[in-house]
Amino acid sequence: MRRLLLFIPLLIAVGIGVFLFAGIGKDPTKLESARIGKPVPEFQLQDLHDPEHMLDTSVFQGQVSLLNVWAEWCPSCWDEHEYLMHLASNEGVRIVGLNYKDQRETAFSFLGRLGNPYETIIFDPRGSLGFDLGVYGAPETYVIDADGVVLYRHVGVVNERVWQEVLLPVFNQAKGNS
Amino acid sequence: MRFYPLLLAMLFVVSPLRAEVMEVYDFDTRAEEQRYQNLIAELRCPKCQNQNIADSNAPISKDMRDEVYLMMQQGASNDEIVGALVDRFGEFVQYKPPVDKRTIFLWAFPAIAVIGGLLIVAGVVMRSRKQGQQETALSPEEKARVEQMLADKDQPSER
Amino acid sequence: MYPELGQLALILALLLSVLLAVVPLAGALTGRDSLQAFARPLASGMFVFTGLAFAILIHAFLVDDFSVAYVANNSNSMLPWYYKFSAVWGGHEGSLLLWILMLTGWTLAVAIFSRRLPSTMVSQVLAVMGMVCVGFFLFIIVTSNPFDRMLPNVPADGQDLNPLLQDIGLIMHPPMLYMGYVGFSVAFAFAIAALINGRLDAAWARWSRPWTTVAWSFLTIGIALGSWWAYYELGWGGWWFWDPVENASLLPWLSGTALMHSLAVTEKRGVFKSWTVLLAIVTFALSLLGTFLVRSGVLTSVHAFASDPERGSFLLMLLGITVVGSLLLYAFRAPVVHVRSRYGSLSREIFLLLNNVLLVSATLLVAIGTLYPLVLDYLDAGKLSIGEPFFNTTFSPLAVATGLLLGAGIFSRWKKTDGGMLARKLLWPLAISLVATAAVMVNYGSFAPWAFAGVFTAIWIAVATLWDLWDKSASRQGRLHGLKRQSRSYWGMVLGHLGVAMVMAGATVVSNYGVERDVRMTPGDSAMVGDYEIVFTDIGERQGANFTAQYGSFNVFLDGKLVTDLHPEKRNYPVGMSVMTEADIDAGLFRDVFVAIGERISDDAWAIRLQYKPLVRWLWLGSLVMAIGGFLAIADKRYRIRVKAEEKQKAQAGNTAPGKPAEASS
Repeated sequence: MRRLLLFIPLLIAVGIGVFLFAGIGKDPTKLESARIGKPVPEFQLQDLHDPEHMLDTSVFQGQVSLLNVWAEWCPSCWDEHEYLMHLASNEGVRIVGLNYKDQRETAFSFLGRLGNPYETIIFDPRGSLGFDLGVYGAPETYVIDADGVVLYRHVGVVNERVWQEVLLPVFNQAKGNS
Repeated sequence: MRFYPLLLAMLFVVSPLRAEVMEVYDFDTRAEEQRYQNLIAELRCPKCQNQNIADSNAPISKDMRDEVYLMMQQGASNDEIVGALVDRFGEFVQYKPPVDKRTIFLWAFPAIAVIGGLLIVAGVVMRSRKQGQQETALSPEEKARVEQMLADKDQPSER
Repeated sequence: MYPELGQLALILALLLSVLLAVVPLAGALTGRDSLQAFARPLASGMFVFTGLAFAILIHAFLVDDFSVAYVANNSNSMLPWYYKFSAVWGGHEGSLLLWILMLTGWTLAVAIFSRRLPSTMVSQVLAVMGMVCVGFFLFIIVTSNPFDRMLPNVPADGQDLNPLLQDIGLIMHPPMLYMGYVGFSVAFAFAIAALINGRLDAAWARWSRPWTTVAWSFLTIGIALGSWWAYYELGWGGWWFWDPVENASLLPWLSGTALMHSLAVTEKRGVFKSWTVLLAIVTFALSLLGTFLVRSGVLTSVHAFASDPERGSFLLMLLGITVVGSLLLYAFRAPVVHVRSRYGSLSREIFLLLNNVLLVSATLLVAIGTLYPLVLDYLDAGKLSIGEPFFNTTFSPLAVATGLLLGAGIFSRWKKTDGGMLARKLLWPLAISLVATAAVMVNYGSFAPWAFAGVFTAIWIAVATLWDLWDKSASRQGRLHGLKRQSRSYWGMVLGHLGVAMVMAGATVVSNYGVERDVRMTPGDSAMVGDYEIVFTDIGERQGANFTAQYGSFNVFLDGKLVTDLHPEKRNYPVGMSVMTEADIDAGLFRDVFVAIGERISDDAWAIRLQYKPLVRWLWLGSLVMAIGGFLAIADKRYRIRVKAEEKQKAQAGNTAPGKPAEASS
């Protein structure tokens, strides 16, 4: 009977082992957005192309959209841009851009070289909307439903695999609901 | 070293005129400054490899420090400041996990472990006492072994 | 050509380790001396081939052989030679090779220093060491070969060693740390061997003790070096961050400390055997867990190696086999019979048992705090961070309790301590500690409950330790004679405990009375930190060996007198395009003044971090004192070989079971 007690350490060790095993291969730096299920925070920011035109959360009303956080200084943004072009022109995805901590001129030169997949671009030179959204590094891509509620956030480059496996299912679900 | 006296002299002349330097963030009192330091030490940079926003050079940490400072100037409490950042970046950014049903075991663990351990020790002592009273007979073999072990205790000064 | 030889050497070492794991054990189980006789040569051979592989890797670094992928990734031709040398263990593969070199080194050491032990015991211990080696040789050869080539596209130059690692800290910290981690494998092997042959007795404890103590001493130095390194090199003056990787090194240290103390009880009194053997297994398991945490990427850390799931799985498998195997053996073979030895509730046995309760609670606390985020994530209960505030709140009471117990325990006796005597003994140390603590509070000018508790505990430990030394060294032939009469192991204990007191004092004072300021300064400005006035005089540029630096010049004044000049730097390493902050520190026994340059705020203004760190050096000095205590303890006479006594005993005992001679030799 008392010998059974000696099995306790083994059980504890195996228990810990299960959690360690589950942890392998997961990226502990990937964070889920704290804004999921909540509306996009209120903002009043200029349109990148038209400083006179102020944008607010109404840009997300009525349609399911992707919100892509980008900047000219962000190397991965250059990498994913081509795929965003493809999504916008061939798949008919509505993409709203959030130009994050950038300058107008550099942003224009970026778009001039790579093309513009964005229906609208919010100009956020000080990163205030980015901060309220919880952006911690560009690029980030959010799926936002027709009521302006954040459904999902992807941190890092968007490519064929990410789109098909991660973003598209959420995107389609949002479309089905609206 | 030759310039040393000169330097001292200069200092002597200059120092009354020179006010204390500005903080990177300006605080009214030392207590506020300390509060700020404590806050930024307890907040985690979401982008970095496990650094607080006080130590991290990442731009996001700078933004977060700014926000902490701004909210402090607006008179926000510590909980409000941490809450505002948690709302944006998630619970991940606080190094002090909240006490709730997920973490109650974690927070209570030291007490559980120590109390459990003390109970075990109490059990050991009780049993040793009981056996002491019974004074069970040892087999000759066991007796020899115990004897030998006790004989090990040779030097009085040892642990 | 050479790298292939290195790989070959590793494969040969693997083969030898397989033989070592099998042949002597078979010999021991079947009673064939001829097979057991292979143990020592196999251990030597394994060490030689691993050493050869290591030497070849060093050579590849020194001659800039960038065809070797590991060299190309971790070195650069511009690196000074001594950093090329330490870059050998600057990445995962090389540091793993160092780990294994240490493991084979410890195996060889057991083979050399265990000649007085019964041969079956030696064979079994070495076989267990061999099994551990097999696992790690497989790990390095299969998943992490440091000799992999980048052919035919040999890069023109290497990618450089991370500038954080270009420091004396890297030269010293990992070898010491690994010596400690790996050293616990010896106590583990002794425990497993004792479980296999069912001879878990005082002799086993006596043999394990010195090995445990040495490993512990190395680990203590290793952790202290790491803390010191982080303090000045990571740039921001922190000495312990409760990062998962730091915790991973603390885990075996805490349980190793518990093990040293319970081994003392088992050796002296023959009790708590099952507990002690469990601690020996757990301590090594925690060393392996640490290795896993650092190299698998399951937790986020400032110090971790680049993560790789394949390596993580392999390591976890190794960890699993080792831990499950040994704990199964433990569950079936550990004795459950209660040794009939009497001890009162105030005996030294009980004091040491309480010490174990606290230390093991602390170990489990650190383990749970480190792994909890992983568990929550697995249960989909969110991503939490558990850091400094949590550990400071929960760990400190345990540390204080352990220290208070220590002070009282020093005066306890084996079997039974008279309560009244103990109370009388403690009266004066208590009074002295209270007065001294009050004096410290006055000196630092403020009172805080935890500062008081920590300082009091530190002084309490020191006073009790010295008081006991004074008591014990009383002698009719004079004090000096009395002091000389004390055994080395007693001196070891005294130093160990004084070291603990120093670390506690340092940790408490620097956390409670340290001052930290981030100020905006332009040349000519001055700022106060603690009692020190810091004047920013100038900023300039200089060219280093493989970097360019902007350096600031600061004068440090105390009461209007110049104390020193400090020159912190911001370095720019062009090869890796990285920027590094090099703080400059005026170190002192009672305080450090720390200046680091932060961001440039405007043309001539800089963010400057100023820190006043009282008693911060005591953290590392105390650790050093502890480690010296450990080394002193194992130099004790009773551990030295007494061939003659042993032979005599053998002759007398004739064919008694092996495993006894060492007991009789004392």
